[in-house]
Amino acid sequence: MGVLSTVAFWVLAAAAVAFGALVFRVDSMARATYCLAASFVAVAVVLLLFRQDYLGVVTALMMVMEMAIMAVYMVMFMGMNPALMPMSMVHGRRTALALSAGLFIVLTAGILLVPWPSRRDAPVADVTHALGESIMGHKMLVMLTVSPVLFATIVAALVLALPRGRYDRFGDDLRRRPPADPQPGGVGR
Amino acid sequence: MTGGVAPLSAAWAPVVALVLLAGAVVAAALDGALHSVPAGRAGRARPGRRRTVTGAVARLLRQRRRVPVAADVMLWRIGVAALPVAALLMAAVLPLGRWTLVDWSVGIVWFNAVDVAVWAAVWLAGWGPNSAHALIGGYRFLAQALAYELPLMFALTAPAVAAGTLRVGGVVQAQQGLWFVVWMPVAFVVFCLGVAGFSVWGPLSAPAGADIAGGVLAEASGVDRLIVLAGRYLLLTAGSGFAAALFLGGGAGPLLPDWLWMAVKALAVLCALVVLRRRLPVLRPDRFLEAGWLVLVPATLLQLLVVSVVVVAR
Repeated sequence: MGVLSTVAFWVLAAAAVAFGALVFRVDSMARATYCLAASFVAVAVVLLLFRQDYLGVVTALMMVMEMAIMAVYMVMFMGMNPALMPMSMVHGRRTALALSAGLFIVLTAGILLVPWPSRRDAPVADVTHALGESIMGHKMLVMLTVSPVLFATIVAALVLALPRGRYDRFGDDLRRRPPADPQPGGVGR
Repeated sequence: MTGGVAPLSAAWAPVVALVLLAGAVVAAALDGALHSVPAGRAGRARPGRRRTVTGAVARLLRQRRRVPVAADVMLWRIGVAALPVAALLMAAVLPLGRWTLVDWSVGIVWFNAVDVAVWAAVWLAGWGPNSAHALIGGYRFLAQALAYELPLMFALTAPAVAAGTLRVGGVVQAQQGLWFVVWMPVAFVVFCLGVAGFSVWGPLSAPAGADIAGGVLAEASGVDRLIVLAGRYLLLTAGSGFAAALFLGGGAGPLLPDWLWMAVKALAVLCALVVLRRRLPVLRPDRFLEAGWLVLVPATLLQLLVVSVVVVAR
């Protein structure tokens, strides 16, 4: 890495940590959410420094989207709606501190102790493809099985949680027309 | 490997910004001109209600900024400022004829990431002022975004699959023989709907709807309001430029130079979006959500299937 990218790396790493810490310092749900988003975006830019352009941009995309939705749920579900008032994001201070310190030590020890391989020759042109190959290449069958199972789990959980399933709307024999739906949809079902 | 477009140096960035701004001014002027013509009765102009862009800009620049009680001013300003910035970031990877600011290998994903950043921007612009109407506007935008974003992503995937690259210049070059709009019309229409979505425009303008006193615009005044309104027009312009590049062959065309063809096509899409705004009703976000998931998602997936089969068979 050149000097410029080394500086950029450390600035971004510091920004990611600082925004992550700010999540627990600010007193508003919206600020906490978007501090977390900023932290993730800093990590995404670090990925760009690794020439993982696709992964970096997709990380930023997914994380901003996720945080935008998370802000909605945070404001919706936080009890007695403190989300709309100043509140602390810290709960169970001692346990949380112990857990995060422990996790930090384990992860750092892992980074320092793992015998990382050194580069053998010049990096390939398409590093994203190469990374995908090396992570998933020989486990493709597992990956192909896991993703439909995960997807089916999400759909099943949604179906179970849905307050207006088809039996609620169309009656026990599915014959009620028009359906009893408190919220009419847009395609006239 | 630049895909037919030459990258410009960073010194050209202000020029690209000015080009984008010119497009936005044209759109705003057209919208103002259409405002004085009542729909269906083109012959009878509304007297005394001519709106000009310079007049509106001057009025908003003079207007004093109001800040509601207990507003989160920082988040509000970030949300407001992010709209024009997002439009500029989109334009950065857009080929303008034979030139582009950044000829990035993941240009299409970048466009997508920036349009998702608009989610955060609009929600923050709604949350910031600490006002019920603005907040409802912000939530409406997110509900609507959940319905248009996935179809928009699939619509973006179609040209990328057909061209075999995520480079916008590469997609333009892949249309030398046949414009993508010809064999992916569904993706084109859904893409234009997505552009209307992230610009809070026309049928998808409920987040700034008159029924909630202007929604995300309810509390914006003075220069804040100017930036939000300009941001919408800039996003609309950048989106139209992408529609021209991804589906209408970019700068391809006879006789005229590339940049002119690109400008003509982008302006055509932009003007169509501005005109359609007054011809189409505003969709209710809750209704549109179901239509988005039950109609648009399957339609764009089918379009993608057709494109993929054609690409494999070719």
